Amino acid sequence: MEWEPVIGLEVHTQLLTKSKAFSGASTKYGAEPNTQACAVDIALPGVLPVFNREAARMAVKFGLAIGAQINHRSVFARKNYFYPDLPKGYQISQYELPIVSTGRLTIDVDGVEKVVGITRAHLEEDAGKSLHEDFHGMTGIDLNRAGTPLLEIVSEPDLRSSKEAVAYLKKLHQLVVWLGICDGNMQEGSFRCDANVSVRPKGQAKFGTRAELKNINSFRFVEKAIEFEIERQIDLLEGGGTVVQETRLYDSDKDVTRSMRSKEEAMDYRYFPDPDLPPLILDEALIEGVRATLIELPDAKRARFMQDYGLNAYDAGVLTSSREMADYYETVVAEAKSDPKIAANWIAVELSGFLNRDNKDILHSPVTASMMAGLLKRLADNTISGKIAKDVLAAMWSGEGDADAVIEKKGLKQITDTGAIDKVIDEIIAKNPKQLEQYRAGKEALFGYFVGQVMKATQGKANPAQVNELLKKKLSP
Amino acid sequence: MFDKTVAELSRALGRKDISSVELTGVFLARINKYKDLNAFITVDPERSLAQARAADARIGKGGAGALAGVPIAQKDIFCADGWRTTCGSKILSNFTAPYDATIIGKFNAAGAVCLGKTNMDEFAMGSSNETSYYGGVKNPWDTAAVPGGSSGGSAAAVAARLSPAATGTDTGGSIRQPSALTNLTGLKPSYGRVSRYGMIAFASSLDQGGPMCRTAEDAALLLNVMAGFDPRDSTSVDAPVPDYTQTLSGDIKGLRIGLPKEYFGAGMNPEVARTIDAAIAECKKLGAQVVEVSLPNSQLAIPCYYVLAPAEASSNLSRFDGVRYGYRAENYTDLLDMYCKTRAEGFGAEVKRRIMIGTYALSAGYYDAYYLKAQKLRRLIAEDFRKAFESCDVIMGPTSPTTAFKIGEKSDDPVAMYLSDIYTISVNLAGLPGMSIPAGFDSKGLPVGLQLIGQYFDEARLLNVAHRYQQATDWHKRMPKGFE
Amino acid sequence: MSLDREQVRRIAHLARLHISEQEAAAYADTLSRILGLIEQMNAVDTSNVAPMAHPNEAGLRLREDAVSETDQREKFQRIAPAVDAGLYLVPKVIE
Repeated sequence: MEWEPVIGLEVHTQLLTKSKAFSGASTKYGAEPNTQACAVDIALPGVLPVFNREAARMAVKFGLAIGAQINHRSVFARKNYFYPDLPKGYQISQYELPIVSTGRLTIDVDGVEKVVGITRAHLEEDAGKSLHEDFHGMTGIDLNRAGTPLLEIVSEPDLRSSKEAVAYLKKLHQLVVWLGICDGNMQEGSFRCDANVSVRPKGQAKFGTRAELKNINSFRFVEKAIEFEIERQIDLLEGGGTVVQETRLYDSDKDVTRSMRSKEEAMDYRYFPDPDLPPLILDEALIEGVRATLIELPDAKRARFMQDYGLNAYDAGVLTSSREMADYYETVVAEAKSDPKIAANWIAVELSGFLNRDNKDILHSPVTASMMAGLLKRLADNTISGKIAKDVLAAMWSGEGDADAVIEKKGLKQITDTGAIDKVIDEIIAKNPKQLEQYRAGKEALFGYFVGQVMKATQGKANPAQVNELLKKKLSP
Repeated sequence: MFDKTVAELSRALGRKDISSVELTGVFLARINKYKDLNAFITVDPERSLAQARAADARIGKGGAGALAGVPIAQKDIFCADGWRTTCGSKILSNFTAPYDATIIGKFNAAGAVCLGKTNMDEFAMGSSNETSYYGGVKNPWDTAAVPGGSSGGSAAAVAARLSPAATGTDTGGSIRQPSALTNLTGLKPSYGRVSRYGMIAFASSLDQGGPMCRTAEDAALLLNVMAGFDPRDSTSVDAPVPDYTQTLSGDIKGLRIGLPKEYFGAGMNPEVARTIDAAIAECKKLGAQVVEVSLPNSQLAIPCYYVLAPAEASSNLSRFDGVRYGYRAENYTDLLDMYCKTRAEGFGAEVKRRIMIGTYALSAGYYDAYYLKAQKLRRLIAEDFRKAFESCDVIMGPTSPTTAFKIGEKSDDPVAMYLSDIYTISVNLAGLPGMSIPAGFDSKGLPVGLQLIGQYFDEARLLNVAHRYQQATDWHKRMPKGFE
Repeated sequence: MSLDREQVRRIAHLARLHISEQEAAAYADTLSRILGLIEQMNAVDTSNVAPMAHPNEAGLRLREDAVSETDQREKFQRIAPAVDAGLYLVPKVIE
């Protein structure tokens, strides 16, 4: 029996507003418990919600970016349930009429493009946090996070493998960070993913029963959790059992999914339109205002880089992984006026190596775009060779100054004077008569040996192209 | 002094015939003298007198507003910073509000003195003040009878001259019905006219706070302070507040009074009917004309209300869970038990009934049949009013089907209690302004109230009509025996 | 429409209200009567009527995104039933 996994993803993104969705308290991360929970956030008797304009604009921005239908009229609804981190005993969310419906996101899995449908994106407020340790059998509740605006993005069940799921998540993550609506920090909980997973016999139209995997906080765990769950369901079904519709937690230590003990049978949330909040009406001015702020999106930028700069898909992809990286690249190209492909390599491969090693993002690179441009200029004008340039970059990264300063200090200027190189070659040849004889006798591999000796004698500063040319002349009989 | 209206007291304070401290002292003494009425849940003489002192200083400087130094009793549904605020419930018996409701802030800014927090049906659910955790309230006109509800404490306080005026709230009649039963002038403003921020929520789309006084002029003075847009309340309407005292004396010649035929059908209490007829005749003497109108869906107002209000309440009351404030049960085994015991012990029977009905009406499978259906009926009821107002300016009728009933008479039968809201409920559903004014007495000496219903945001007209009527009659000046 | 004890228990659980067996029976009775009152709504056909949530048709007012509230933790927690290290304490939540 061939099985086909069916996966849909629900992602909760915390929107980057300064204040909360329905109150004027701050949303800054890391504050002392309950110091950013105002009267409205702690649901004192008599308080009322007032909606944050910026949260609406950010939702619209997202909707426009995924080519979705923006609903001019959407309604806030109460989702009623009891939990200590939910002060009102209900969450203000959107139910029948969300602000954004039917959009799409194009993903790339191993070179194959796939369009994934996005069913809807709606606005809601976040709950507080529960801390279970350190309180002698009690749980401590921090309501700083309560009321932070969330955009819940729901995909169609279009994904067919854990790989596709991860590709979708990464694409979505890149987009919300790109748009400046979410900081994408999964460890801090600003980008949270739940996965709905089911399997069905290949070719069957009807979906199987699905399980919901909750709160997986890294791309790697998403992949593993989904993998495990697919296997679990297939084993269950092949063994004659049935899949129960339930919520499961992923245990990253044991790499298994586990049924949530205290979750009750189908929760009855008793959704109804929130009587404290009239319908959210978006006028054209607001939507067009947001549209005007839409900058070039990742896919478009990547295509343009490939077209205008002649880059390959991989390099273009790395260079457009974030807005900051893309801006850095284009600044370098403009300043250095050098070959964009060479610039691409130096940023996507060489610089990125340092960024990854030291866990820095491009914004915190000690080598600024100007400095990088400076390095590339020296490479282009032959002051240094490619190999030396790598060392210069390393020195620049360590804070030893810009390219010119490093080259000057370490005396790394390339030797391009033909006469000087000839002199060194003559010395090397004189010191290695045996190798010369063997080379002339046909052992061509020894060419590399001579190149090495010349480079060593010149501390690597001899221009490699010239060394090759001149050596060839001198070594030939 | 204690029989003077707010307008008279305001002038006396302005002339410095009396100080706010003295005046406040007079009312505090009366509250204590007549504490058997149980009109107040919390009295804090120190706080009140401190406010009175500050008011006297302001009046001394000159330029203070009309309410400066005037004592006002506040229904215990309004959060007032530093005051115990119970909403008539055990679940908030230990709750000291850490902030001011918007209207409390407005009264404070106007220099008014908070005389204390008045008794009320628990969470505003009731029509007789018998569901209060703090005991029932006696009607000064007959201490064996109820004062009406849910603003029963405010009604008894003003009727017995324990306070010159009070605030109330009205979700299905809770200002108007007690006003009718205690010979007061009570106004429920249009929905959105007065801020709900800090007013503990019962049914969010129906609740409105308003004045309970002895005259239309006093109601106008209070409404001037209470009304206005509040950015903290998303249902608050951004419309200018006129000076309601400026339009009180306008002529009402030619005023078209609509009388809904559904309100005057057979089965009406004959004494109430007689009194209302006489009141309308009085209005005709003042130049008004009478026109018959129809509100065909009137009967549906009660079932409609008893779905919507409990549904919204069931959700609004979920925050009372013993976690962040208020009562928490003493004995429980785990979190679930804590929630269930706290709420079972903290809420009274009527509140629990309404939470259950509300929860049921919203639950899976029943939403369409109950909640959605009620919202549709609501539109029909609002439409009825809109059509009726095409041929009249003000709608009149009785406020309550009966005069004050005996304590205990209806408390065993919730449905019977619900039916006493028949004339007032549809006004909340439509969001229109409504007033009850004294129109006479029955053979037992119990007050009868005349209800005036206006178009959306037409409070000024209602106050005008009420004022003209009060200039031609003196029902509103009568004082209950034993409180002289 | 009448409610039985099982339904009453389910509703009480949704509303987090502890009720005893006697109470369940009493509620079943009272709530059924209230439902009888409510069922009068069915007398009218509302298939072509739009629901009305508010008396006016105004849309939601939007607030500028600015921090306007200060830290009042001390004041707010003075009235809390159980607090430790700035956190509200509840019986342990089992996930």
